[in-house]
Amino acid sequence: MSKFAKKKDGDLPAVSTASLPDIVFMLLFFFMTVTTMKDSSLLVENTLPNASETKKLEKKDRVIYIYVGKPTQEYEKVFGTEPKIQLNDKFASVEEVGSYILAERAKKPQELQNVLTTALKVDKNANMGLITDIKQELRKVNALKVNYTTYEGDAFNNLQ
Amino acid sequence: MPRRKGAPEVNAGSMADIAFLLLIFFLVTTTIETDAGLDRMLPPIDPPEDVEVVIKQKNIFTVNINKNGQLLVEDNLMQLRDLRKAAVAFLENNGDGSCNYCKGRKDATSSDNPEKAIISLKNDRETKYATYITVQNELVGAYNELRNREAQRLYGRDFTEMEAEYLNPETPSNVRDDLKDKVKRVQDMFPQKLSEAETTSN
Repeated sequence: MSKFAKKKDGDLPAVSTASLPDIVFMLLFFFMTVTTMKDSSLLVENTLPNASETKKLEKKDRVIYIYVGKPTQEYEKVFGTEPKIQLNDKFASVEEVGSYILAERAKKPQELQNVLTTALKVDKNANMGLITDIKQELRKVNALKVNYTTYEGDAFNNLQ
Repeated sequence: MPRRKGAPEVNAGSMADIAFLLLIFFLVTTTIETDAGLDRMLPPIDPPEDVEVVIKQKNIFTVNINKNGQLLVEDNLMQLRDLRKAAVAFLENNGDGSCNYCKGRKDATSSDNPEKAIISLKNDRETKYATYITVQNELVGAYNELRNREAQRLYGRDFTEMEAEYLNPETPSNVRDDLKDKVKRVQDMFPQKLSEAETTSN
């Protein structure tokens, strides 16, 4: 009799969940590695120009960013359509660039303070006048190493 | 006879191994996106000493960009596409014959040697940033072209590639030490003298 006893119905074997933590950790680690922290939201249009002779900006902790471009649509009403400078999370004038660089520099560890690079992320439609003013400000605070951040590509595409 | 319970449980012991395998795979293959751009040094605001350095006009290669994005190179109108070639010709002109690796025309009215050759870039306040970057790119490209040629001749590989490897923090330090001298040597053959400040001349 017992040989042909029917299995009890409705009794599905439980799926083992022992490996669930592993899967979760794997996903966690994956996202940890591929995400980059976005430290400021962009208030300006920022389509970078193309260049082919670029060098990589290694080591993010040694870089100070300055964004330039015309304000995005939502800020257009308040700030107009002329290219503006964005430092951290707000618009700034040219005169504030120097003190911003000094403040950022003071935040970095001592040994990095002399090797900082200023990355200029400038919209391709900006005018050189503003950039020249920024460069002058950078020279005043002795932040001489600059990097004009660009996309990889054929530089002649810029001219269209 | 023991009674068989439902379906046998799947052994989950190796799941962790599979997870780690995948984790390591993604760790190795993903690269965090890095920004790239043109590196430049600005001139210090006050000159190191107040020695008036006199630079001969023929050693300066002037590039002017006007607000319409037109180029004036050495007082002649030039197309952007010709700029790189003109800059290369200027840099390795070798007017005084002291540079034994140059292949220039030895034109007496152009630069003496790469050591003395200076490129001076001026732009209008109304110049578009995109045009400026294109010009910068072409001028850096001219230097890279010459340096690549010399690096190929001396070490059989491109200068830009050597420099990138040298600057990459993942390169082992023994390789980097070896590259340092090579990179320095090629850099010194064609030192990058790209001035954006006012240059005194006579």
